[in-house]
Amino acid sequence: MDNPKFKSDVNAHLTCQAQTIYAEGHWKTQTIATLSNNYQRQTYPSSEQVIFDMSKVEALDTAGLWLLSKIMHYLRQSDKKIMLQGLSEKQNLILEKLLSNDTEKPAVSKKLDFITRLGVQVEAVNKLVVSFIMFLGEISFYLFGWIKNIQSIRWKAVLSNIDSAGLQASGIVALLSFLIGLVLAYQVGAQLQSYGATIYVVDLLGLSLLREFAPLLTAIIVAGRSGSAFAAQIGTMKLNEEVDALKTLGVSPVEILVLPKVLGLLIALPLLTILASCFALLGGMVMSKMMLGISLIDFLARFGDVIKLKTLLLGEIKTPVFAIMISAIGCFQGFMVTNSAASVGRRTTISVVHSIFMIIVCDALFSIIFSALGV
Amino acid sequence: MEKDNLICITNLSFTRGKRIIFDDISLNIKRGKITAIMGPSGTGKTTLLQLIGGALKPDHGSIELNGDNVSKLSQSKLYQLRKRIGMLFQSGALFTNLSVFENVAFPLREHTQLSEELIRYLVLMKLQAVGLRGARHLMPSELSGGMSRRVALARAMVLDPELMMYDEPFTGQDPISMGVLVKLIKELNTALGMTSIIVSHDVPETASIADEIYVLSEGKIVGSGTPQLLATDNNPYVNQFMHGLPDGVVPFHYPADEYVLDVFGEEY
Repeated sequence: MDNPKFKSDVNAHLTCQAQTIYAEGHWKTQTIATLSNNYQRQTYPSSEQVIFDMSKVEALDTAGLWLLSKIMHYLRQSDKKIMLQGLSEKQNLILEKLLSNDTEKPAVSKKLDFITRLGVQVEAVNKLVVSFIMFLGEISFYLFGWIKNIQSIRWKAVLSNIDSAGLQASGIVALLSFLIGLVLAYQVGAQLQSYGATIYVVDLLGLSLLREFAPLLTAIIVAGRSGSAFAAQIGTMKLNEEVDALKTLGVSPVEILVLPKVLGLLIALPLLTILASCFALLGGMVMSKMMLGISLIDFLARFGDVIKLKTLLLGEIKTPVFAIMISAIGCFQGFMVTNSAASVGRRTTISVVHSIFMIIVCDALFSIIFSALGV
Repeated sequence: MEKDNLICITNLSFTRGKRIIFDDISLNIKRGKITAIMGPSGTGKTTLLQLIGGALKPDHGSIELNGDNVSKLSQSKLYQLRKRIGMLFQSGALFTNLSVFENVAFPLREHTQLSEELIRYLVLMKLQAVGLRGARHLMPSELSGGMSRRVALARAMVLDPELMMYDEPFTGQDPISMGVLVKLIKELNTALGMTSIIVSHDVPETASIADEIYVLSEGKIVGSGTPQLLATDNNPYVNQFMHGLPDGVVPFHYPADEYVLDVFGEEY
């Protein structure tokens, strides 16, 4: 036997005969969707008087009555007079309630205009910047405490951070730097070749890799790898009330969670940057040999002549700033996590976006300062 | 009088945004007793604990712990103070990267220079008290909810605090571990001479061990006294709460627009 529930004709529908509209089928929550979406496109009797007959309806609930009230309202708008048949007294009562409320729609507009939204955004950014600066202040406060009392440094946690953020990142940093060196040598080499000034590839590679590419590339890889991990770790601890537990045990979360990460990255990032410089140059040397025929010995001889130690130092001097930005932003976003798992994901993403943004902004600031100083 | 009370809260007011959490309340926590703060969900019971712990600052009024005004203390004094307060969180809040033993040992390692031998002795003693000495090598992820709360209890009291604060200790516990916790809280309080504050809405369990109960509702204290006294209180709030009546002066519905307007309105 067919289960009547699954027959298509149990859906609420209307049939018209002369002046009468017959409502048929099940007028219930699960069966009124189609009709409630297209009742305005149904053909209704053209006469001014219509009879609405509900007696053929097999099942009716409040949702069905709600639809009926919608249809009646729609018909009345086109100046029809409706005679309703086939509802029990109780059903009529509910329908009257529904009809009487149909006109009292509170008009609510929740959309803000462009200027207001802009203002809200600016206010949010303002708050974020102020609280981030306060967070940096807190880090400095505890860092100063560590410097004052060397024994209080949590070396175990610092070393574990150097391992996870530094040592374990060395493979990917080396590989990507090598490839960037390769690519850069290829692009520059092609241009220099047409001028017959191929040996200058050493100058160009040396300067651009040591001063810009290696620090920037390393910082961006570390931001993506470790900054996000910091945010996720602290965020999850926050959700789990572990951060609150630390506070009630009289231990500062900044001191125990943030400081080892900041110090670890302060040590790891400069070293990673040197590693990246070496591998990028190696990539450049390989490409120079293959494409321009500059032997490794010629390359290194020229490199020693034109690239001074200063170049490396100018690249390295930026890395502590990048390290602080990456670790502070990652941890800061971790602490911003509020009671939902989705918030951990969002804060992790934001931490990467903000760190990379700040890395590039700081790099630009360094360029301006260096050019003003003429170095 | 002063000596009897560990905590004196006077004329405390606190708001969150536009919501008034506490409206000019005063209460005293007696030394060496178990005081319960009760009230329906969302009345700010946990907020009160955060205020006592100095994590939040009141808008008006003062909270004095042993004569110190908590909200006026400097950051470092506050951390000093918190070493003397044990706090049990709803979730337990164990450090997930440390084993049970290391979790309990954590406050000792942070705040003392004790030898490894003595730390081991103290930790095992506390774990014995909560019946989990055998579970010391497990990680928090291997514990059931009741067990993690007991480990958290051991961790909270490992420094022998003067004051223990329990945030919903009985929520979501099966009858057996609930019974264990009730017994533990009572025994620890008597054995160690601590002062305890229990924030809870589990009426029978809390009433069975509390010396004094404060009932909060809508930012006010609506009833206080011994459990026996409150059970026969005539105040409609207290009556509804203590006997768990679903609807009464405390409404069942969260404040909202008129139902019909909401249903037929266009706002989602």
